[in-house]
Amino acid sequence: MDLKEKLVSSFMAFENTVNVDSSVHDIRVDAIKNFEAVGFPTKKQEAWKYTSLNSVLKNDFSVFPKETGALDYKDVKQYFIHDIDSYKIIFIDGKYSSHLSATTHDGIDVCLMSAALNKPKYKLVIDNYFNKIATKDGLSSLNTAFSAEGAYIHIPKNKVVEKPIQIIHFSTGNEAALMLQPRNLIVVGENSHVQIIERHQSLTDNPTLTNSVTEIFANKRAIVDYYKIQNDKQSASLIDNTFINQKQESIAKVHTFSFGGKLTRNNLNFYQNGERIDSTMKGITIIGDKQHVDHNTLVHHIEPNCESHQDYKGIFDANSTGVFNGKVVVEKEAQKTNAFQANNNILVSDKATINTKPQLEIFADDVKCSHGCTIGQLDESAMFYLRSRGIPEKEARGLLMYAFSNNVLDSVTIPEIKSRITKLIAQKLGVNIGFDL
Amino acid sequence: MSKYTEDDLREELKTKEYEYGFYTDIESDTFPVGLNEDIVRAISKKKEEPEWMTEWRLEAFKFWKEMTEPEWANVNYEKPDFQAISYYSAPNSKPKYDSIDEVDPELLATFEKLGISLDEQKKLAGVAMDVVVDSVSVATTFKETLAEKGIIFMSISEAIKEHPELVKKYIGTVVPQKDNFYAALNSAVFSDGSFCYIPKGVRCPMELSTYFRINQAGTGQFERTLVIADEGSYVSYLEGCTAPSRDENQLHAAVVELIALDNAEIKYSTVQNWFPGTADGKGGVYNFVTKRGLCEKNAKISWTQVETGSAVTWKYPSCVLKGDNSIGEFYSIAVTNNYQQADTGTKMIHLGKNTKSTIISKGISAGKSQNSYRGLVQINSRAENARNFSQCDSLLMGNECGAHTFPYIEAKNKSAQIEHEATTSKIGEDQIFYCNQRGIDTEKAIALIVNGFSKDVLNKLPMEFAVEAQKLLEISLEGSVG
Repeated sequence: MDLKEKLVSSFMAFENTVNVDSSVHDIRVDAIKNFEAVGFPTKKQEAWKYTSLNSVLKNDFSVFPKETGALDYKDVKQYFIHDIDSYKIIFIDGKYSSHLSATTHDGIDVCLMSAALNKPKYKLVIDNYFNKIATKDGLSSLNTAFSAEGAYIHIPKNKVVEKPIQIIHFSTGNEAALMLQPRNLIVVGENSHVQIIERHQSLTDNPTLTNSVTEIFANKRAIVDYYKIQNDKQSASLIDNTFINQKQESIAKVHTFSFGGKLTRNNLNFYQNGERIDSTMKGITIIGDKQHVDHNTLVHHIEPNCESHQDYKGIFDANSTGVFNGKVVVEKEAQKTNAFQANNNILVSDKATINTKPQLEIFADDVKCSHGCTIGQLDESAMFYLRSRGIPEKEARGLLMYAFSNNVLDSVTIPEIKSRITKLIAQKLGVNIGFDL
Repeated sequence: MSKYTEDDLREELKTKEYEYGFYTDIESDTFPVGLNEDIVRAISKKKEEPEWMTEWRLEAFKFWKEMTEPEWANVNYEKPDFQAISYYSAPNSKPKYDSIDEVDPELLATFEKLGISLDEQKKLAGVAMDVVVDSVSVATTFKETLAEKGIIFMSISEAIKEHPELVKKYIGTVVPQKDNFYAALNSAVFSDGSFCYIPKGVRCPMELSTYFRINQAGTGQFERTLVIADEGSYVSYLEGCTAPSRDENQLHAAVVELIALDNAEIKYSTVQNWFPGTADGKGGVYNFVTKRGLCEKNAKISWTQVETGSAVTWKYPSCVLKGDNSIGEFYSIAVTNNYQQADTGTKMIHLGKNTKSTIISKGISAGKSQNSYRGLVQINSRAENARNFSQCDSLLMGNECGAHTFPYIEAKNKSAQIEHEATTSKIGEDQIFYCNQRGIDTEKAIALIVNGFSKDVLNKLPMEFAVEAQKLLEISLEGSVG
């Protein structure tokens, strides 16, 4: 039985575990029907031309983990941004771990999707926002069908959340192969500000597949700062679907740091429903081995006077494959749009591959849109300069590559993340750069 | 030999008798509509082709039957019914009009603007010719000059008969029969086209042009062009014509194959100005073309195109850079107005070491048109030190048109250096204001700015062509600014 059939047939079993009377359940039923019709994406689809899920989907994933493992904070501390105070929503094998988490209902809601889906007091928010912007493609539908758990964050009007929120998913390897489908909903009210850090971490060599969907709503003048840290084991694959709906004058920034995992696919979609919106998406990808990272971005400019900025840097070693598929759509009404898209790559090994496809679809005339894309090497004269000053080749290379990816970090507003990422970059490049910021 | 100028031509024509020569062909006879194996055989028989050619066509037809029409292009149009087309129509020797007064005045006005002489106008509009200046005689003179150098330039059906070894060796090597839906269709039913062979070390003394053998090929519906530049040779080839042509065939599926052997250079320039349909989007030509060139060692292929016509264009002149140190170039201007749709670009496949490619694409959309650039730059894992530079700029006029960019870049070699940049913008109001201020009216100002915008490409066109192309751009965009 292949994974698709298994998932479709286990939907009935899943129905026993959730409240089938809620309106959400109708959405689930529709979604599983849609998934049954559409199935998993294949390379024949334009958006999946360079990424094949076959090697991942052949695993016999268990859909419902039987037993959840317990974790000690000291064992997993390294995966937290632990040197700052933060709210935490932690899941172990898809189940909420209360002793690792720190949630709140004090003025803001930082809690669980399962609670939000079942408790009547959240009904209004769920009715208004749940599954409103997620697309109807196979993977998102699959997640919608099995949506039960994840993070639920609701920030009311005029609130600056002073602590960042960390969402971390651990998988412990109690199952031979585990598939997780977290579902997050983040609603940020007018004039509010929130910072969120998301991480998926496998603690085992057993294969895991995470198919995550996050819906983010940024209301008027809200500021959303989102960081995705992807430094998973070789056994773990991640399909991350993020949908962001922005209202006028809001600012949303998503930084994606991809350093690990077997196959990582980031579907990042921005919809600008209002004027004077700013959307930023940046990423650093440094991978080797047989890793595969695919950034698939979409910015939909619907109304006038908006901006979007994309900046993705990639360094690819060994047999790794990097994909960038960025799309900017500017609708007829979206005059005075400024859209910029940059994708710069360095191939370190002859066996590494880069496929990049920066696309513009423009229907308005008074716009400034540009994209630039490069694939190249380190500057030989810069290398020579460093080496002539006594810096060994490896370090010199590391320094230059750090410099290459560094400007992505400029817009990171949490210093601890900056220093953490710097360290990770140094570690990935195999050098001790000695920037302890 | 010095360049053949218009004065030389006039001189020659004075002394030369008008020759009817060429038109030995049968009166117009048309095959029944539809396509099947018998039709393919019949076309081949009509052309008195050898057995291997018939087989080759049948093979292509077999592939075509298995294929489906491509859907991926960013264009919308009503699909042609392939069984409702007649696949063979011998050139009609009867003129369409008896006198120039019967020709559509709008068409004549355009000719006037392009500065085309009265005689040429008649020729292009299909008026009966009794004046001495006929391209037939010109073609004959040209042929003699070429023959001296050992250059073969003839229609492909002649070449199949006279130089079967060359045709057999090279046809389908760059664009195989099963390459794509339209290439397969063309391979099965191509009616005619051009064949050109430049021998080793020869530099072709003049620009070869299909325009000069128009009486034989006409604008064939399924044209097949094969250009072979042997080692160390050079040829510049012009295709098409700036004059608007009203062709009754709605579907055009041509195939062009270029082969540049070691150290050879081919420059292929196209100006396409087929009927784009009326201002409200009715009619117009569907232009689905497969063009590809193969570069051996140190060879260079350069594509230059100015696309202003056709209702739907679907065209990707490509270079396969197989040999080390080979160079591929692509310069394109695509203008769409009213309801035109263009999906055009290039493919640069880097296989050899130290290969270089340059892509300059300028898209101008006006009216309700859609203009897409779609390109592929592929660096193979063995293509050491490959270099690519791409630039795609789009200019939008009015807010009902669209400009799209779909570049695909695939790199498998660490020494590759690839740069791609694309911009989209409109004509700056301050630029227009600046011109207005100096007494240049808005329409002229726009023409000026558009010319500047497309200069990089226009510069690559052969001189005579460039002047006409410039005027053509102006005409194509006429009335697009309110």
